[in-house]
Amino acid sequence: MRVLEPVIELGRGLWTTLRTMFEKPVTIQYPEQKRPVKPRFRGRHVLKRYENGLEKCIGCALCAAACPADAIFVESSENTDEKRYSPGDRYASTYEINMLRCIYCGFCEDACPTEAIVLGDQYELSFTDRRQAIYPKEMLIEALPTNGQPTPQKTRPGEFTRSVPAMKDPQD
Amino acid sequence: MDFALILEWLIKGFILVLVLLGGFAYLTLYERKALARIQARIGPNRAGPWGLLQPIADAIKLVFKEELMPARADKLLFLLAPVITLVPALVITAVVPWGPPLRLFGREISLYIADVNVGVLYIMSVASIAVYGVVLAGWSSNNKYAMMGGLRSTAQMISYEIALGLTFVGAILLADSARMTEIVDAQRSVWFVLLQPAGTAIFLIATLAEVNRAPFDMPEAEQELTAGYHTEYSGMKFALLFMAEYDKMIAISCIGATLFFGGYREFPFLANTIFSVDQTPWLGPVYIFLKVFVLLFGMIWVRATFPRIRYDRLMAFGWKILLPLSLVLIFITATGILLSQKYGLGYYYWGIPLGSLLAGLIAIGMVDRTLRRKEYARA
Repeated sequence: MRVLEPVIELGRGLWTTLRTMFEKPVTIQYPEQKRPVKPRFRGRHVLKRYENGLEKCIGCALCAAACPADAIFVESSENTDEKRYSPGDRYASTYEINMLRCIYCGFCEDACPTEAIVLGDQYELSFTDRRQAIYPKEMLIEALPTNGQPTPQKTRPGEFTRSVPAMKDPQD
Repeated sequence: MDFALILEWLIKGFILVLVLLGGFAYLTLYERKALARIQARIGPNRAGPWGLLQPIADAIKLVFKEELMPARADKLLFLLAPVITLVPALVITAVVPWGPPLRLFGREISLYIADVNVGVLYIMSVASIAVYGVVLAGWSSNNKYAMMGGLRSTAQMISYEIALGLTFVGAILLADSARMTEIVDAQRSVWFVLLQPAGTAIFLIATLAEVNRAPFDMPEAEQELTAGYHTEYSGMKFALLFMAEYDKMIAISCIGATLFFGGYREFPFLANTIFSVDQTPWLGPVYIFLKVFVLLFGMIWVRATFPRIRYDRLMAFGWKILLPLSLVLIFITATGILLSQKYGLGYYYWGIPLGSLLAGLIAIGMVDRTLRRKEYARA
């Protein structure tokens, strides 16, 4: 029987492949079926809002400073109580991320003092020209929460003086 | 030589070419589907139901691709090489019978294009022409990888063609004829795969090398040679080379089915029933289709299972194992036939298969011994 060993080895290989033929395919029919992403998945960025609708982003540009790919551009302007976008003095009047430069490292998340920028679940990014790859603030910002007011809001003086909120430890 | 006869030939030839071209298209789909299933995937399923329109989509893609020609390529040969490769693959099937004679429109219509009395020899000679296409494609591309792919495939195809040709001799001896129809008729009671199992095994291995399929796809070794002899081809010219490769698979499966697996004949246990081709002649093409289908699955299955073997080992296997073994098998077959003429059919039905199996075992044993000695030398 030792003589037959080369043939038996070949046969075992063939048997293994034949057996997998009758296994259930592992294919996921992608555009129709999508696998849920992992909790810490780093997809497209989302700019968060508070429950009352004010933007969390205060335009400090720490994310732009932290970005290793130099993908983020922030320009800030002054908040007033008549036209208030975010708590505190300033808000991001321009917020752009170049999705072609971004490497999805998540450093911007870590750098953000107000947890305004978060890497979300969206991973289906496509564009047909370079201009479209630059996502402006309108595309990044989260939809208004229920019973939140759109920005700019008219607020009472002295209510939103503190730009960085009291924070909890990160959950996940 | 009346007009109807010429018309009959034209129609038969047309049907054969259509079957081969359609067969090529759907063989690619079959291969992709089978490979996918072996790898626990689904395979193409977007174009049409079950991906049935996928070959058409591929064809459209290839037609609209840009045709590139490398600078300083030999233009004439570069254009001619795909044709030289494809044509033998198509004409080789002319001698393969796909069924017993049919009676249609008051005429006896034979289901083959040509009944050459040296049909097997015809196959050998036409098959070796295809080598020219491959080596010319490699040479005319003005690309070192293509050149090496072409050279490798020539060396490989010539080496294995000898072993392949010698297994054909076994079938010729058993049938006492080189005419394909007579070889098929000789397998009425018992297929040659049962009489000559080791010969069939050599045939199946050598065909893989002959059509450059895994695990002998050295000419196309992506890791070393990018795509081998068709590196520089694109668009329809690439499609022709690709078509030649798959049509060669079909052709060689047809030949294998004819020489060793009973051709268009039914399975021996179905003889003298309604399912035999003597009673229902139109079942002939169905049977040969089934056999080709199974043989093609074997090729795909082997591709999905075994990694590519090293080039020197490929050559050593061809020259040192397959060639002597096939010579021994011819000797055994001829001796068995002579003995059976003298001492009765027992030697024919038992002597030849047992001798063939024994020779095969000894060959395997020698491979085993060499491998063990190498292992010992390495340790």
